[in-house]
Amino acid sequence: MEINGEFLEESVRELRQYFRSGSTRSVTWRKNQLTALLDLVHKNEDAISESLYQDLGKHPVEAFRDEIGAIGKSATYSLSCVEKWMAPKKSDIPLLFFPAKGEVLAEALGVVLIFSSWNFPIMLALDPLIGAIAAGNVVVIKPSEQAPACSSFLANTIPRYLDSNAIRVIEGGAAVSQQLLLQKWDKIFFTGSPRVARFVMSAAAKNLTPVTLELGGKCPAILDSLTNPSDFKLAVKRIVGGKWGPCSGQACIGIDYVLVEEKVSSHLVELLKKIVRRFYGDNPLESKVISRIVNKQNFTRLCNLLKDPLVAASIVHGGSVEEKHLFIEPTILLDPPLDADVMTEEIFGPLLPIITVNKIGESIEFINSRPKPLAIYAFTKDETLKRRILTETSSGSVTFNDTMVQFLCDTLPFGGVGQSGFGRYHGKYSFDTFSHEKAVMHRSLCLEIEPRYPPWSKFKLEFLRLAYKLNYFGLLLHILGLKRYK
Amino acid sequence: MESLQKKVVFDGEAASMMMKELRGSFGSGKTRSYEWRVSQVKALLKMVTDNEKQIIDALLSDLAKPPLETVVYEIGMFKNSCEVILKELKQWMKPEKVKTSISTFPSSAEIVPEPLGVVLVISAWNYPILLSLDPVVGAIAAGNAVVLKPSEIAPATSSLMAKLLAEYMDNSCVRVVEGAVDETTALLDQKWDKIFYTGNGRVGRIVMAAAAKHLTPVVLELGGKCPAVVDSDVNLQVAARRLISGKWGLNNGQACVSPDYVITTKDFAPKLVDSLKTELENFFGKNPLESKDISRIVNHNHFARVAKLLDDEKVSDKIIHGGEKDESKLRISPTLLLDVPHDSLIMGEEIFGPLLPIITVNKLEESFDLINSRTKPLAAYIFTNNKKLKEQFVKNVSAGGMLVNDIALHLIVPTLPFGGVGDSGTGSYHGRFSFEAFTHKKAVLYRGFGGDASLRYPPYTETKQRVMKALVSGGILSIIAALLGWSSKA
Repeated sequence: MEINGEFLEESVRELRQYFRSGSTRSVTWRKNQLTALLDLVHKNEDAISESLYQDLGKHPVEAFRDEIGAIGKSATYSLSCVEKWMAPKKSDIPLLFFPAKGEVLAEALGVVLIFSSWNFPIMLALDPLIGAIAAGNVVVIKPSEQAPACSSFLANTIPRYLDSNAIRVIEGGAAVSQQLLLQKWDKIFFTGSPRVARFVMSAAAKNLTPVTLELGGKCPAILDSLTNPSDFKLAVKRIVGGKWGPCSGQACIGIDYVLVEEKVSSHLVELLKKIVRRFYGDNPLESKVISRIVNKQNFTRLCNLLKDPLVAASIVHGGSVEEKHLFIEPTILLDPPLDADVMTEEIFGPLLPIITVNKIGESIEFINSRPKPLAIYAFTKDETLKRRILTETSSGSVTFNDTMVQFLCDTLPFGGVGQSGFGRYHGKYSFDTFSHEKAVMHRSLCLEIEPRYPPWSKFKLEFLRLAYKLNYFGLLLHILGLKRYK
Repeated sequence: MESLQKKVVFDGEAASMMMKELRGSFGSGKTRSYEWRVSQVKALLKMVTDNEKQIIDALLSDLAKPPLETVVYEIGMFKNSCEVILKELKQWMKPEKVKTSISTFPSSAEIVPEPLGVVLVISAWNYPILLSLDPVVGAIAAGNAVVLKPSEIAPATSSLMAKLLAEYMDNSCVRVVEGAVDETTALLDQKWDKIFYTGNGRVGRIVMAAAAKHLTPVVLELGGKCPAVVDSDVNLQVAARRLISGKWGLNNGQACVSPDYVITTKDFAPKLVDSLKTELENFFGKNPLESKDISRIVNHNHFARVAKLLDDEKVSDKIIHGGEKDESKLRISPTLLLDVPHDSLIMGEEIFGPLLPIITVNKLEESFDLINSRTKPLAAYIFTNNKKLKEQFVKNVSAGGMLVNDIALHLIVPTLPFGGVGDSGTGSYHGRFSFEAFTHKKAVLYRGFGGDASLRYPPYTETKQRVMKALVSGGILSIIAALLGWSSKA
């Protein structure tokens, strides 16, 4: 079946018609779909793991922790909350308008498009889908072609569990994406790189389609000199887990680089080496615990980052690459040049630069001189430093003394700011992102306020002035002719 | 002595320089303090209060806007916004604590509001004071530095605002750039942290496309054809008066929330038309072209545009009231049209003027499909006492906002978000929503150094896998089961 403009136009037309029929608005439909999605994930855990292993060499535990389990949790949470989220929210109306009633209703936007990325190809397709379904929309998912096994899995499995009248998967590469962007959507949800995001938003602008852009950035980890050695060790463990754990550094909220005081840098390097060895063995390629690089293009890009002689000279651990398996071992760099590509672009790979500063407070300026990242991590017990980081830096999120786990928190909005994107999701934020919050006010036709209408007079002007200030007493005096004019 | 008046051109270079200065000011941190924000909001309040007469005069010049409309809608509504901010800003600025789940135990979390940085507000000509200052005060309340680009189509108000804001506000953080297409283009080339645009869909697309280059988020407050459905079970006089004041009483129909057209039943239409005619005369007299209680059309371009809608041969025999024009005064009398064809010009675009088409249907329920077959409007209205009809209307019609049994008042309520959907825009403001429109809500998670689970880390064993599954799923029972070595998998 050829995916061309005509086919896509017809698909969107069918989806819109189905949306208009109202089927997706009922709470029953939404709950059924969410339940079906849970079913899909539970019954196909092995197939999902297998696809993730094929596309990225992901270990089943990583696959579960970051994708399968997380989706299950998200769908379960939405299932238990969707009815509550759908309920109108009452708004207080000033007494002046008595009798009146105000509320905000969440309304489905309509036909939405989700672009997901290749690094968490199941999670980043299904998590936004959960939000779109919960909010009552019809959806097209365009999975990344760079994770072909997962894309296939989604295209083949979703129609078996979910309502195909409302939820479709369209596979393909850039050409298909371009065709999709020519259609008129009620919302586009994009996870990926800033470069493609610009393209998506420009296309959306033609139809005034609102967008959510989940991008990335160079997420720093600030490591303060922790006096308690076991705290320091724990911090380093978490940094290792937060760097190479998620898809070998190919994660939007993965740690990109570490900032640490010069005086503890060698201790840090020693510890990092030790822990890397403990987690990943002496031969990380063999231990099969770390993902591989997604494809040749990214592999070459990462190798090139290391080719710069000054960068190569800064390697203190690792550095070996294995082209056949698209594998790069965990690599640590100590103070590579700040103008090298490895420090100016988002790494998105298993290279960890350690940048040393004299005093840890300098990290703040360092971070601020770069584009706003999706996440900032800070390991510190210093309350002043914590406060400074919070108030003087800007990022999608800040996590103290850990990495990555903010992702699991359904009550926290997940999204970027500046170059790391805009819009947010997770939990209720997913529901909101695919909803229009419609303000509804009810008035009655009795109890009229005469001074509302022309012809205008001084009396009416004064009346309205007082009304605006909600100065009810003054209004009363005015009406009774007892107020003096200025 | 010859004095050379050199016109200062606001070009790309000037825009760049201004941006650099504003970024410096924002970077210094001064806009973040509660004190700075409050001082600026108070300055704006003082500014409009002290200069009420000048504002009234500027709007008389730009739009012949009746002083009462200026005082109530432009100044009054804006002052309200300021008061709401002064009352609630401290609360809005506070971090919001949120619950954390067992998956991240032990932890605590909060959402911290922070300003976006340097923002651009592009405003419109029809409510040039309100639509400039209301977003600006929201931006300031949220702690941003802000540039205002007022509409050149309301020149007296534009230059008044440029003068007054320079006089009253902290110029290192709040600026006005006057001008038209060239100046706006120069501004749009810069990298803003947010752009707030009020205007039409055509320019809205240009603004969003420019914003896309820098991945700048936008709020677009646009318009659309706002329908008003009128049922026969209503108090006709009240309904007619509210329709009239919401149409011609709001800048002579030149308002994004004015009822654009009315839908009613064939049976009821004659009664509605009679009532409208009567009340129109009560409000504006026998000679509405002379009435001082109604704004004029803003300029010749718009006059020609609206006149064309009337001159369309498809509607010439549908005019049942009004239709008089006076180009020298830029006035068109309140005009009613009955059952214009759906493919007429007047039904093809937002009227934004004093013409009110009335479309009749057999049953009011037909109006829902009629409305939904068009692009989503900024507001939709219904006049009825029929509870079921109200519910169906609210449920089935999509619009930015809705009001039952009145027009436009929902704008005055600071607890309701004001914004569009689909072609009528994206984003919202008013009250707390203004603060949020210019804020980034930063997620913050606090963890400690105790309670680390080795199961997070490789090497991955069977046990670790089991416990990990339980932890991620979050159920306390499954965690216990896993720890005790029982598998949760069947």
